[in-house]
Amino acid sequence: MPIESIFPRLEPLLPTVQKPIQYVGGELNSQVKDWDEAEVRWALMYPDAYEVGLPNQGVQILYEILNEREGVLAERTYSVWPDLEALMRKHAIPQFTVDAHRPVGAFDVLGVSFATELGYTNLLTALDLAGIPLRAADRTDEHPIVLAGGHAAFNPEPIADFLDAAVLGDGEQVALAITEVIREWRREGEPGGRDELLLRLAKSGGVYVPRFYDVSYLPDGRIQRVVPNRPGVPWRIVKHTVMDLDEWPYPKKPLVPLAETVHERFSVEIFRGCTRGCRFCQAGMITRPVRERSITTIGDMVETGLKESGIDEVGLLSLSSADHSEIGDIAKGLADRYEGTNTSLSLPSTRVDAFNITLANELSRGGRRSGLTFAPEGGSERMRKVINKMVTEDDLIRTVTTAYENGWRQVKLYFMCGLPTEEDEDVLAIAGMARRVIKAGREATGRRDIRCTVSIGGFVPKPHTPFQWAAQADHETVDRRLRALKDTLRRDREYGKSIGLRYHDGKPSIIEGLLSRGDRRVGDVIRAVWEAGGRFDGWSEHFSYERWAAAAETAFAEQPVDLAWYTTRERDEVEVLPWDHLDAGLDREWLWQDWQDAVDGTEVEDCRWTPCYDCGVCPTMDTEIQIGPTGKKLLPLTVVR
Amino acid sequence: MPEGPAPVPVTQRLRVRYAKRGRLRFTSHRDISRAVERAVRRAGIPVAHSAGFTPHPKISYAGAAATGVASEAEYLEIGLTATRDPAWVRTALDEALPSGLDILDVVVARAGTSIADRLEASEWTIRLDGVAPDTAVEATEAFMAAAEVEVERLTKKGLRRFDARSAVSTCGIQPGESDRRGSDETAVPCVILRMVVRQTTPAVRPDDVLAGLRQVAGFAPPSPPLVTRLAQGPLNADTGELTDPLDPDRETEPPGGDATAGHGLASMPAGAVSADVVGAHP
Repeated sequence: MPIESIFPRLEPLLPTVQKPIQYVGGELNSQVKDWDEAEVRWALMYPDAYEVGLPNQGVQILYEILNEREGVLAERTYSVWPDLEALMRKHAIPQFTVDAHRPVGAFDVLGVSFATELGYTNLLTALDLAGIPLRAADRTDEHPIVLAGGHAAFNPEPIADFLDAAVLGDGEQVALAITEVIREWRREGEPGGRDELLLRLAKSGGVYVPRFYDVSYLPDGRIQRVVPNRPGVPWRIVKHTVMDLDEWPYPKKPLVPLAETVHERFSVEIFRGCTRGCRFCQAGMITRPVRERSITTIGDMVETGLKESGIDEVGLLSLSSADHSEIGDIAKGLADRYEGTNTSLSLPSTRVDAFNITLANELSRGGRRSGLTFAPEGGSERMRKVINKMVTEDDLIRTVTTAYENGWRQVKLYFMCGLPTEEDEDVLAIAGMARRVIKAGREATGRRDIRCTVSIGGFVPKPHTPFQWAAQADHETVDRRLRALKDTLRRDREYGKSIGLRYHDGKPSIIEGLLSRGDRRVGDVIRAVWEAGGRFDGWSEHFSYERWAAAAETAFAEQPVDLAWYTTRERDEVEVLPWDHLDAGLDREWLWQDWQDAVDGTEVEDCRWTPCYDCGVCPTMDTEIQIGPTGKKLLPLTVVR
Repeated sequence: MPEGPAPVPVTQRLRVRYAKRGRLRFTSHRDISRAVERAVRRAGIPVAHSAGFTPHPKISYAGAAATGVASEAEYLEIGLTATRDPAWVRTALDEALPSGLDILDVVVARAGTSIADRLEASEWTIRLDGVAPDTAVEATEAFMAAAEVEVERLTKKGLRRFDARSAVSTCGIQPGESDRRGSDETAVPCVILRMVVRQTTPAVRPDDVLAGLRQVAGFAPPSPPLVTRLAQGPLNADTGELTDPLDPDRETEPPGGDATAGHGLASMPAGAVSADVVGAHP
């Protein structure tokens, strides 16, 4: 069946919408493959606006890997803003891909990458515009398999009703494996239709198909158990781990958009995983073990990426980039290679460590030293022990002093509010820390123009972390503490004016908390919010706490649960958690012990340089820590110009 | 604090004519400037940079068409740190740019007037679907007959009233192009307006002229206009036609040997190009 581009119908609408360029495609390195020659067709979605979704590494990697394969086609689709959504509904234009403007409903798989739970309502918009029934149970053989991935997919239960399948972990190999299952099923003549295909995927053990699991509840609202309802479907679904990043050097040809996006840089992932053990950090828990990309592959990727894209900024990406075993040589090697070429290099995520100043100096060679960012996360020493952020206030002061001495004028500090066991004084300690930072900066430089910005996010307990059992702080408490901090800083005549404070109110975190640790019953809330007009919940101008609270009230009216039950309630050790059948490799007993250690303020060292502490991931997943040093260096490039 | 490196001086300045076509007409000016900067890097063109801690490539733009407006005649100027053959730059830059942002002409800038000063007027076409030619003829005649047509436009400084008529030197229907769209019975009528508008302050844009047509004749097209800039350049007062703004930079004199503005007309590609442009949006 020929699939036609919807562009001729879309084009007349574009002059009337905001930033029409985001809907036209045509990015450098994007590609359009022949529809009829493809056996398996993927629509890859990032469920947020194009400007946020396009730079997403996961989507770019899968797009390239799938399109490289013979007989496989992948295109991209993003959330459309409400102005275009209204016009698309009026003119009956379906959700489309930006590559060839093909209707999303015509693809075999709609793969959606969820970096955050706040994209759930956008999934519903896309499904509805695509003409795909919202409930997976209502779909027929004609509809795409709706598949979720990304970090939020480690607990896909709140959107289980809307998903056909979900995958946990690294997407490179499993996307290809799914493709082969579909291809084979198709070559056999699609026996058993959609149900058979989903069953084959489920039986592989690496694809979670929610419909093949029944969830039962206790009278008090807790989950009784989660049981497979088909023979051959595994009890636990395991995450995927790519074991040699050098074999997967993607993206090779980064997509370069015409539109402006949130990240105007070419990012190279220098390692995956993190074992620093910060207890609030879901990413650090679910991406273990650490797997480094080698210095030489990193050098090659930077070189190819810059050549293919024309971009003038490179970001060395990972959860804690300064921890790469050869980061010093990488920074120096790249700085040497690109000195004088107007290429800027950056290390987006830095720890509180004086060594990072050396790195930052190297990377900013000859450029402006404007701002450095550090994340102590907790204001008091006690708080940082609870979250296992092993950094003392003296460490921080030493680090920022070095930074100011080296010409950096502005320091940004990240914190969280609402952490487990937190008291008012822990948050007020942030003010004391910021004051010491300014004082140290003024003394080190003899200048008054030293600035420090304090940025505070609300803490949300996440699945597969030691804090998965913790009570989330209610938004009144978070708001009260932040107000008190603000007042303290405002009253400070000596340093207050040099300290900027950035934070949001606590309400959105409560909804993120509901979606993060929710179960299948939360699906009704998501749907009700979407029906009431909920869109782009990650954007403060679109988010409405009242809409979510009202929808939860209605949806849970007949249930023994409510919004507070999902968020501010502490769970005990024996409670079945909605994601217990989804295996990130972490040993549940270790997680519980780490939660107990958190409450006691007992710290855990990084297993890269101390003995294994039995988190369980490596033996369960048959993986191992892959770190250097390789001892290799980056040789100078022969520059053509 | 480290000092920024001293910039390498400009040794050659190139003037570039480029088009934005098809779906890439939805690029904004900022989108284009980002794309050109990246293309210059990809193509390995030795572009000069400004001094300072955040050096910017020396690329400047003149009279960029608005977002959503297609153009066959946009102009930019690049400063290079080494001399390059303009023909090579034309090919290399065009290959490095996404299709739809197309490089049409590159010349070495000669001393004298700036390119911006030469862009006295623009020639535009406005394609309107669902409009009968007769209605359009009436409206344009009424507009041209008026001495002054005041229109309103919402600008950043609020609602502004200004005359849209005096800047328009010609306005009519493109002969032979006004036709039915498609060939079957469902085809809708379509008309293409063609006009030359002088560069004034405040600028009179094609949509201001459409507002003027509505004002004088109640002209109200049912679908959004497809606007294309065909040419920009010096306006020949005698012929009412535009000449090629890059002609004064060309080393070889245009045919006829006399490099006065009027004679540049012979090498002016706008007329030839226009039919393609219109045809590119069937």
